[in-house]
Amino acid sequence: MADKKYETPMLDELEKGPWPSFVKEIKKSTDISPACQDLLGVLEVSYEDKKNHWKHGGIVGVMGYGGGIIGRYSDMPEQFPEVAHFHTIRVNMPTGWFYTSDALRTLCDIWDRHGSGLTNMHGSTGDVIFLGTTTDELEPTFKDLTAAGFDLGGSGSCVRTPSACVGQARCEWACYDTLAACNDITQTYQDELHRPAFPYKFKFKFSGCPNDCVASIARSDLAIIGTWKDEIQQDDAAVAEYAASGLDIQKDVCGHCPSKCMEWDGQKLRISNRECVHCMHCINVMPKALRPGKEKGAAILIGAKAPIVQGALLASVLIPFVPAEELLDTIKELTSRIWDFWGEYGKNRERIGELIQRVGMANFLDAIGLDPVPEMVSAPRDNPYVYFKAEDKI
Amino acid sequence: MSVPVETIAEEMFKMVTEYQGKKNLKALDLTKAMIAKYGDAECSKDDCKHAIRQLMDSGRCVYSYFGGSFITLPHKEGAAPE
Ligand code: SF4
Ligand code: SF4
Repeated sequence: MADKKYETPMLDELEKGPWPSFVKEIKKSTDISPACQDLLGVLEVSYEDKKNHWKHGGIVGVMGYGGGIIGRYSDMPEQFPEVAHFHTIRVNMPTGWFYTSDALRTLCDIWDRHGSGLTNMHGSTGDVIFLGTTTDELEPTFKDLTAAGFDLGGSGSCVRTPSACVGQARCEWACYDTLAACNDITQTYQDELHRPAFPYKFKFKFSGCPNDCVASIARSDLAIIGTWKDEIQQDDAAVAEYAASGLDIQKDVCGHCPSKCMEWDGQKLRISNRECVHCMHCINVMPKALRPGKEKGAAILIGAKAPIVQGALLASVLIPFVPAEELLDTIKELTSRIWDFWGEYGKNRERIGELIQRVGMANFLDAIGLDPVPEMVSAPRDNPYVYFKAEDKI
Repeated sequence: MSVPVETIAEEMFKMVTEYQGKKNLKALDLTKAMIAKYGDAECSKDDCKHAIRQLMDSGRCVYSYFGGSFITLPHKEGAAPE
């Protein structure tokens, strides 16, 4: 760690306690890059002033690309010259975040050569984030990244870097191959990922089961969540073992089933699969006894987003079940219809979920050629506008 | 016969030049304008995509971000320090 260049009493507070501290990590990197000292300096000033001292630049990419770079400039360049330019680079992560240690070293070496050496593994969309470099270093960084087999991720009004849970590579609950699907979609939409052509961002996220480890239901415009169509696979002997080892099946399993479709009489567990909403709770509590069904595929949901321009939205079901083998073709066909509609009617910075709210789900479904189905309704409305007359009384 | 991609790119470039500093244009604005001008039988969305790519790869236009992604002429970064 290099000697302190600035006093940073407020930041120093953030080093206390047993948890990881970004201040500690930046300080450790002061040997690698002089930008780290100035970064700490400007951050301390921001805390004192209660406002940030970064300006958004218009730079968004390297030659030919319209995404992957977030331009940042300090508004105090004389005082903190090493962070006068402090651009962020988004690097498309390997699907499912599987790296060899060699790949990680390669990424870090590239960033030590061209930037501050500070990374964020990973950003909320999933990309590897390289924090802080100058405009002159953008093209050389990109050249080294591509030579090592990496590419930039998305930013701006692009397809954002698609992400997937580890899926069948490591997880027995995966109902389809999330890694293959995510990789295929990433390759198919390279043009849309690098050259912004939409009203605003569009995110694909792939979760292998309803546990939804990549939070697709809350964070993606198109969420693909693995599920099953038939019955939960049940091993009665293993259920009995859970009971014998002290699990309170009535309280901890049946009691938390959201559709109250399970019964435990002390001997036998009965699941009314017709009523099951595939929440995964019982399977997560008794993984040795219960498993997703055998007829596997995914549900496709639309319209989630985090609160940026407007408030947060959760996704709505678009197609309740697509068999695993038909999934990719269905996603691509659906995506092209959705983008056509959004391109035609979307306003600048309007996410697809917001557009659906504005025009109404019924009109949206009509435009993309889907029929409404009951699974799209999360709860029946309680004001059905049915008026009864006195003579209707039974 | 469909309009050559080079012609579409040239028309788009004229539009970006004309609007520079007055209105920020998105890829969609350019695409819609070209389809309105030539008709979708002569000028497809894919042709427009290729035309935009030509403009970017040649460096005649760049993507910029002002609360959304736009297509502009190359310009000096307003936010950059002198
Ligand atoms: S979402 Fe499901 S399949 Fe994917 S890692 Fe999580 S539990 Fe496993
Ligand atoms: S998956 Fe959820 S809804 Fe279905 S039976 Fe288990 S706890 Fe109930």
